[in-house]
Amino acid sequence: MADFLQTNLGIVVLVTAQILLFVTILFVSLAFLMYADRKVWAAVQMRKGPNVVGAFGLLQSFADFLKYVAKEIIVPAGADKPVYFLAPMISFVLALIAWAVIPFGDGWAIANLNVAILYVFAMSSLEVYGVIMGGWASNSKYPFLGSLRSAAQMISYEVSIGLIIVGVIISTGSMNFTEIVRAQDGSFGFFNWYWLPHFPMVFLFFISALAETNRPPFDLPEAESELVAGYQVEYSSTPFLLYMMGELIAIVLMCALVTLLFFGGWLSPIPGLPDGVLWMVAKMCFFFFIFAMVKAIVPRYRYDQLMRIGWKVFLPMSLGWVVIVAFLAKFEVLGGFWARWAIGG
Amino acid sequence: MTVVQFVFYLFALTLLTGGVFTVVSKSPVHSVLWLILSFLSGAGLMVLLGAEFVAMLLIIVYVGAVAVLFLFVVMMLDVDFAELRAEMASYLPLALVIALVLIMQLAMAFGTWELGGGVALHDTPVGTPEGSGAHNTAAIGLLLYDKYFILFQLAGLILLVAMIGAIVLTLRHRKDIKRQDVLAQMYRDPAKSMELKDIKPGQGLTE
Repeated sequence: MADFLQTNLGIVVLVTAQILLFVTILFVSLAFLMYADRKVWAAVQMRKGPNVVGAFGLLQSFADFLKYVAKEIIVPAGADKPVYFLAPMISFVLALIAWAVIPFGDGWAIANLNVAILYVFAMSSLEVYGVIMGGWASNSKYPFLGSLRSAAQMISYEVSIGLIIVGVIISTGSMNFTEIVRAQDGSFGFFNWYWLPHFPMVFLFFISALAETNRPPFDLPEAESELVAGYQVEYSSTPFLLYMMGELIAIVLMCALVTLLFFGGWLSPIPGLPDGVLWMVAKMCFFFFIFAMVKAIVPRYRYDQLMRIGWKVFLPMSLGWVVIVAFLAKFEVLGGFWARWAIGG
Repeated sequence: MTVVQFVFYLFALTLLTGGVFTVVSKSPVHSVLWLILSFLSGAGLMVLLGAEFVAMLLIIVYVGAVAVLFLFVVMMLDVDFAELRAEMASYLPLALVIALVLIMQLAMAFGTWELGGGVALHDTPVGTPEGSGAHNTAAIGLLLYDKYFILFQLAGLILLVAMIGAIVLTLRHRKDIKRQDVLAQMYRDPAKSMELKDIKPGQGLTE
């Protein structure tokens, strides 16, 4: 058996099994995350939220899934059919393949790349294609306008996300997620993590993540009061479901990124307690809760405000922070607080 | 055929297919999409060579930024592409000559494996040397920021000048239109911006 896993075929079988296992777990948890999102939203607005299908409405997401799949696929007249159907698939697949490099525990990644963080960044920068292609291929005014808005928004916030990540890479000296988390390990638990040395950037990253995933308060592409539903207007049934799931997967991915980059991944916050996958999952759930709360309590931004924050506030701040961190790391200020590679921690 | 060879031919095939369809496809938007497929296959080839950093940069810069701009421009431009395409036949001889020259150059560069002065090209692609410790991200960083520091910075400066030039050329201040003053909006006093009046029924607002 061990010999078989060393052969080419064995590696393919092993990786396929890992992917299948992971995707199954992810999809099931997505169903409950969607439910949790709606419940939190409802609780803030003093509604009940989904409560009919299954006990406490727990099976609502599965019912929605069946409903989407069973509906008729409508293709607008004059739509560019291949691109029209390719767009939601691209959206969905790109959101999913980025997970390949995310480690859930020490060495628990499907692919442990040297440039893992660049890979995730590359995949999330490709996600804009699902939006542009969908909007263009629908051959309709509202989706096209929505897709242009959305694309401009995603590109704008990618810049600041990239620069914030550079700060973390400087501190770690590596682009590998496992290395980044290991660099945050230390005897002070919670206070060893990067949220403290990179304090202002945690908020910038979180807000940029909201904008990058088109979540409220930056859900301009689907601002229903102005644009009906943005680039998704003409989509129905399973293609629409793929868009929705792609979006949700991207949001959970952003939760994982915040956890890995700034909050120590699978490390335990209290020194002495064992590290493990459960910490990673718990932290991700916490950040998903924050995502849901932001959706419930913050009003939507105007488009010019969104662009102004992205280019005139976040970009200079994160660029300046890269320079500052480079200095702090180079001269090992505070005993290598910003230069974990120097103190071997 | 080893797995690496199989994957190489797969990427090479998609790259060439993408290139061909970039030229022949009817809609310009489709052309850009095929071009993106070519870029992605190219990135795959780079990964096969062990140059994962370059591959990721290729995706982030070319696919994630440059091709998006292409796509924007192509979608927005009001150009009759059918007319442009009709002219393609007249440019075909020139294109063939250029293609021939390129093929000749490639043949000259890779056909013989020895150059003058005893400099030999590698006959197999070389990635990160095995066991050298430094992976290619660090290696590229050291080369760019240590050895070729001045050249690298100069290249950046040239790009910056080009960017500033483009901004200066397109920037104009018009006095005859109303502009948004963001600071004035932000520092507006909420108490002064709106006044609440209690109106009695049947009396209306008397002032």
